[in-house]
Amino acid sequence: MAALSEDMKNRIRAFIPKYPRKQAVTLPALHLVHDELRTVSNEAIVEIAEILELHPSEVHDTMTFYAFFKGEGEKLGTTRLWVCRGLACMLRGAYELIEHCEHKLGVHCGQTTADGKVTLEFAECIGACDGAPACLIEDVHAMNVTPEKADQLITELKLK
Amino acid sequence: MPYEPVLLARINKPNSGKLEGYRADGGYETIARVLKDKQPLDVTTQVKDAGLRGRGGAGFPTGLKWTFLPKDHPGPVYLCVNADESEPCTYNNRILMEKDPHQVLEGIMLACYAIKSPKAFYYVRYEYGDSYRSLAAAVEELYAAGFLGKGIFGSSFDLDIVLHRGAGAYICGEETGLIESLEGKRAWPRIKPPFPAIEGAFRKPTIVNNVETLACVTQIMKRGKEWFQSLGVPPDPKNPRDAGSYGPKLYTLAGHVEKSVCVEVPMGITIRDLVEKHGGGVWKGRKAKAVNPGGLSMGFVDVNAPLKGEDGKTEYDIPLDFNGPGRVQCLGLGTAAVTVIDDQTSMVDVLHNVCQFFSHESCGQCTPCREGTGWMLKITDRLRRGLGRKEDLDILVDVADRIGIMPGTTICGLSDGAGWPVKTAIRKFRAEFEAAIKSGAKSKYAKSLTMAGAH
Repeated sequence: MAALSEDMKNRIRAFIPKYPRKQAVTLPALHLVHDELRTVSNEAIVEIAEILELHPSEVHDTMTFYAFFKGEGEKLGTTRLWVCRGLACMLRGAYELIEHCEHKLGVHCGQTTADGKVTLEFAECIGACDGAPACLIEDVHAMNVTPEKADQLITELKLK
Repeated sequence: MPYEPVLLARINKPNSGKLEGYRADGGYETIARVLKDKQPLDVTTQVKDAGLRGRGGAGFPTGLKWTFLPKDHPGPVYLCVNADESEPCTYNNRILMEKDPHQVLEGIMLACYAIKSPKAFYYVRYEYGDSYRSLAAAVEELYAAGFLGKGIFGSSFDLDIVLHRGAGAYICGEETGLIESLEGKRAWPRIKPPFPAIEGAFRKPTIVNNVETLACVTQIMKRGKEWFQSLGVPPDPKNPRDAGSYGPKLYTLAGHVEKSVCVEVPMGITIRDLVEKHGGGVWKGRKAKAVNPGGLSMGFVDVNAPLKGEDGKTEYDIPLDFNGPGRVQCLGLGTAAVTVIDDQTSMVDVLHNVCQFFSHESCGQCTPCREGTGWMLKITDRLRRGLGRKEDLDILVDVADRIGIMPGTTICGLSDGAGWPVKTAIRKFRAEFEAAIKSGAKSKYAKSLTMAGAH
C-alpha cells in the first residue's frame, strides 16, 4: 500500500511550479507528509523522490540533516510540545520547566507519552524570548510558561 | 524630543497586518510611485546613499550588496528574504512579520525592483508559525488585489513571492546555508567565492536580505535618505573601517529585565539606557553582572568593568551601534538582542548553555567547528559538575581562538560566533570561573536534564 494518499501527492505536486527546480520542493513535501503522518517512513521518502524526480537517498540525506523530522521507526505523538532552553529562557527558569514537564508527562525529552498524545522535546531557541520561559506547541508559541501553566497546557493536550 | 517609532509605528493598531489597514496608512503608495517615476538604479542609489547596513548581524551595506550583481546577466536574479531568525534572544523580525507584514512585503517589492528580480523566496524559520500565517494571509491579499503577479501596480514589472518554511536549524540563517536549504538540500554553507550575488539560489545571482533591513528599505524610499541619515551615528573618525550606523533600529530585550520588549530607537543608544529606560531595569531589584549585547555570538559585556579613557563609565555605557561593542572586545552589534544576566546567576551555567547551543547547531561540515564546539561543551559541562581542572580555562580560550574563521579554518562564521562568548566570558569573568574550579561546587543544574534522545 502506498504511504502517501493521492491527495497528498497532488498537494506536493502543487508546490512544483513555484520553484525553478523540483528538488526545492523537498522541505515543503517533508513538512506536508510529516504533519499528516507524524513520521516520514522510508516508503514515503521513495514516493516523494518519485514525484520530485530525485533519488530516494537525496531526500533521505536532506531529511536527516533536519533533526526536526522523525524517520522510519520513530513517530510523533498527537501534539509536539517543545520547551525552549535558549539563554533567555534558561535565565527565567527553563531548566526547571523542562524537568517539571518530564515529571508531569513521565517521559524524557525526545520521548512520547505511553498514550501517544504528547511528544516532549526541548528547543534551542524558539524566538519567543519576550515571553521566557516559552514553549512551542506544534508551531504556536506559549509565553511565560509557569509550572502551573504547563500543567494546564498538558491537560489540554492530553484531551486532544 | 522623544523618538517617534517608524518601523513599529503600526504594530499596536487593530488589524495592523491587514492590507486595508496598511493602505489606509499610505501603504504601497511608495512602491506605486517608485515603479512610475524611478529607475531600478535610483532605488539602489537611494538605499546606498542613505547608508543602510544590513540588520541581520553582519552589518554589510545593503545598497552596495545590490551593486555586486552582474550587470548583463540574462537572468533571472532572485531575492531571498532571510527570516530564519534563530540567534538566541533575538525576536525583532518576528514582531515585524506578525504585526506588520505588509511593511516588509513592500520592502521586498522595492528591493526586487532595484535588483530586477521577478521572484522573492521568503525563508521563514519553522518556529515562527504565527509569522508564517500572518505573511501567508498578507501575500494572499496581495495576489487577490492584483498587487503581485504580472505587471504590478500598472507597471511592466512582474513579481512573485514564495513563502518557504525552514525546519529548525540555526545554520539556515547563514546566507548560503539558507540557499542550500531552499534548494532542498542539507543546509551546509557553501565555500565563497562565488558569493550569492554572482551565483546563489538555483545557481542564479541572488541577494539575501534580512526582514528588518527590508522594512528599512520601505521607510528610506518613503521618507528619503536625509531622514535616515539624520538618525543614528556617523562614522567614527578614529576607525577608518566604520561606515556609520544610520537609521532606526529594533532592539530586543530579554533575560533578567523587568520588561522583555522589542523597542525601536535610533542607533547608538547605550546598553544602560536601553535596560533602564526601556526594560524597566534589572528584574527583582537586582543588579546586572553581564550583558550579551547582540545575540550569543557577540560575546559578553562586563557591566562593572571600567571603560578605558572614559571616567566613571563602564562597559554598560557602550553605545549599541555597529562600532560600539567592538570597543569592549565583543564581536559586534549582531542582531541587537540585549540579554541581561543578573548578579545571582552563575557565569559557568551561562557559558555551558551557550556552548550547548553552538555544539547542537554546528552543521558538522567543518571539523574545527564540529569538534571544537563539542570540546567546549564537554569542558563547560565538566566545570558545572564541579570537576573542572586548573588548565581548563586556558584550553577553552585556546579552542575558541583556533576554531574561528579568522585563521580560515571553517566555511562559515558559526564557529567564530561560538568562540566569542567563550573568550569574553573567560577573560572578563575569570575569577568567577577559577573560584568555581577551586571550590568544586556543583551547579544547581548539574544533575538534572538527561535530555536523552532529544532533537
